[in-house]
Amino acid sequence: MLYREAGQFKATYAEDSQIFPIRQDKIGFWLLMLVFGAAVPLLANEYWLKAILIPVLIFSLAAIGLNILTGYAGQLSLGSAAFMAVGAFAAYNFILRIEGMPFLVALVLAGLTAALVGILFGLPSLRIKGFYLAVATLAAQFFIVWALVKFPWFSNNSSSGVVTAQDVTILGYTFATPEAKYVLTFLIVAFMALLAKNMVRSSTGRAWMAVRDMDVAAQVIGFRLMRTKLLAFAVSSFYCGVAGALYAYTYIGTVEPEGFNLDLSFKILFMIIIGGVGSIMGSFLGAAFIVLLPIFLDNLVPAIFGDSLGAGFVSNFQLIVFGGLIIFFLIVEPHGLARLWQIAKEKLRLWPFPH
Amino acid sequence: MARQIGDVIVDLQNISLRFGGVKALTDISFNVKEHEIRSIIGPNGAGKSSMLNVINGVYHPQEGQIFFKGALRPKMEPHEAAEQGIARTFQNIALFKGMTVLDNIMTGRNLKMKCNFLQHALYWGAAQKEEIAHRIKVEEVIEFLEIQDIRKTPVGRLPYGLQKRVELARALAAEPHILLLDEPMAGMNVEEKQDMCRFVLDVNDHYGTTIVLIEHDMGVVMDISDRVVVLDYGKKIGDGVPEDVKNNPEVIKAYLGTSH
Repeated sequence: MLYREAGQFKATYAEDSQIFPIRQDKIGFWLLMLVFGAAVPLLANEYWLKAILIPVLIFSLAAIGLNILTGYAGQLSLGSAAFMAVGAFAAYNFILRIEGMPFLVALVLAGLTAALVGILFGLPSLRIKGFYLAVATLAAQFFIVWALVKFPWFSNNSSSGVVTAQDVTILGYTFATPEAKYVLTFLIVAFMALLAKNMVRSSTGRAWMAVRDMDVAAQVIGFRLMRTKLLAFAVSSFYCGVAGALYAYTYIGTVEPEGFNLDLSFKILFMIIIGGVGSIMGSFLGAAFIVLLPIFLDNLVPAIFGDSLGAGFVSNFQLIVFGGLIIFFLIVEPHGLARLWQIAKEKLRLWPFPH
Repeated sequence: MARQIGDVIVDLQNISLRFGGVKALTDISFNVKEHEIRSIIGPNGAGKSSMLNVINGVYHPQEGQIFFKGALRPKMEPHEAAEQGIARTFQNIALFKGMTVLDNIMTGRNLKMKCNFLQHALYWGAAQKEEIAHRIKVEEVIEFLEIQDIRKTPVGRLPYGLQKRVELARALAAEPHILLLDEPMAGMNVEEKQDMCRFVLDVNDHYGTTIVLIEHDMGVVMDISDRVVVLDYGKKIGDGVPEDVKNNPEVIKAYLGTSH
């Protein structure tokens, strides 16, 4: 009853190709933006901002990056965390070594550095596909983390390898409080998500999906495989790189190469599997799910079983639930939460009538 | 309006193609004239699909020359053939399963779209204008092939006959000079075949597109082709207007066998 597009006519192709063609969706979207852009920073407490909302946004950005590469362009990658590391350390070095480097410029340069590294490690994709490519990106994962540890120049010769992110200052204003950092992260992530959505709904995205679905046919109708795949690697790594820089600057503040390990890459892969492969919204859902689930279980398990089980059990229990959920999604709904949301909307269109 | 068959547009001379020791095509020469419907027939494994793959640059023959619009064509990649105006459909449907009908057909216009990915990312402005201009062209093709009602459906959900039609739409969206159709009517029932025949003839008539057709249904081939070339075991055994080919003893032998 409430959710129906009846009476909303599209008279031009521009209207027909909007991101949210249905009015209710549009209203819902702006409400969400209002809640997360204005109400949350005003109302949420420090714990929520620092431990939940900021990481959800940053992981969403990384998940969008991986989704562009794996979900849209069909190139399996296990190196997302490494590209985040490139972004984090690139931003650190740009700000450290160039006097008066503006933060936003450093962020873009960090993304571009990650994009270059991404192109380099994307080169094998021209010859190999699927699991073999995943193994090749695994090499990126190990090599980049190794290189960042091996050459102390990257961490400014810090003896422990740990670097502390500098203050985030834009136009003389220092983003010091969690609220300010949250708003900054929110704006950057929202803007980049919009850019990603625009790319995947125009010719660039169609090229990626064509290569994903059938590369021979894509070539025959004129797409260039090399250019398309490498662009996917570049854009994907750019997103991961910016996510990595934000991870260092607005989330944890101190980073070390080992923090961007294979576990983190897998975590981002799980986000897109659970959230929805080939969906920008799914990247947000997946990131929120993966960040919130452990916190939820941490609170739920002791509440049910008491403290008798011990902390070790709780953390193992998390892994079991994770594994179970991933198998569940792979079997039942390979398109993840985004697809479930779509199904719910289709049902809602008819509700309360059966058909 | 009578179609005017024009000059030779593709001229294949002494093409030989081998895969290791397997000779797929041996010393084949034939030509395709502008605006005509040229059929390639032959028993299974005769080398028909390989022939199309040679024309649009998927396979590179070891011997022989291809003249395109009068000029010798160097070895080229499929996307270069696409740039020269050669489009095709595949024997096993090669649509992009995860995309909608509309998006699939829009991919057919990719070579005519000039915006880069940064303009796409910003969308509003040049990219949107271009997107809409091409959408209008795509809608013409959608109307032409009568698939308006399924334009927002993911192609994976469509029945086989419609998928074949969408694939034709994607090829047509490129506004090709030459359209290579690999068994467009395979696996269809009589009505679907009639529809497809009508579309092929309409495309040829309306856009003046040169069509190279592979088809097993002899009724269809003999009805709609201007000229037919017959292959058997990678060799050419017949070439000419349908009546000549029908009465060619070599062709009858290849298809029906002869009594000894």
